[in-house]
Amino acid sequence: MELRRDVFQAIADPTRRAIITLLAMQAMTPTAIAENFNSSRQTISKHIQILTECELLQQEQKGRENYYHLNAAKVKEIADFIEPFRALWDERFNKLESLMLHYPIKK
Amino acid sequence: MERKTKIQAEEGKQEIFIRREFDLPIALLFKAYTDPKIVAQWMGTNVVKLENKKHGAWEFETSDPKGNVVFRANGVIQEIEENSKITRTFEMENSPFPVQLEFLEFSQLAYTRSKLVIQIVFKSVYYRDEMLKLPFAQGLNMAHNRLEEVVQNLS
Repeated sequence: MELRRDVFQAIADPTRRAIITLLAMQAMTPTAIAENFNSSRQTISKHIQILTECELLQQEQKGRENYYHLNAAKVKEIADFIEPFRALWDERFNKLESLMLHYPIKK
Repeated sequence: MERKTKIQAEEGKQEIFIRREFDLPIALLFKAYTDPKIVAQWMGTNVVKLENKKHGAWEFETSDPKGNVVFRANGVIQEIEENSKITRTFEMENSPFPVQLEFLEFSQLAYTRSKLVIQIVFKSVYYRDEMLKLPFAQGLNMAHNRLEEVVQNLS
């Protein structure tokens, strides 16, 4: 199995974030995406490849053209990345609360 | 699902706030943070040391069922005021994370209702974000491990 790339590493790059922003509007071909940047076509292709490997982008064949669009589910996963941290503390605090509710009060 | 614990993490800032209200008198909430036996229960860790005084040290250690130490953390209590506040450092041992500074503020809302606000200050925005991602990454790892188990059982 191929080593999966870290999604957070993927979005740490400003060009890749710009590609995500572009694709949030509409699905685009690699050529159309590259036209928005000064970088070489190869550089942009590499960025697209990384984003695709992280499942942030999905390919779709329309006629002769290859279109890329955002994978909404994966984007949402990143937006919610704090949730497991919050859930961890919620769980701990729930335990604290129920423990102390049963704490024997000494007079 | 009720979301009692709130996390505030503004973009580009090297701090976070954790907020939570408890159906507990403030004295019991504070006790849950200062009694080593109670801390051990809700944090799920062994409390090696917890000196509740200015410049006192604390040490937590967590072992797996085989007795291997999987987590160690330590710090120093800078300031402690009963039923009011604890200021302390937190350092995760054997990790790339630098020490962080934690301000815990306890307040009473009603006789059996209290609030805890924890402000954590990190060395940089980068380390803050990495720390926030830790449970997310562990969740991914766990999901990955489960997947591997399933695959192994299939073959």
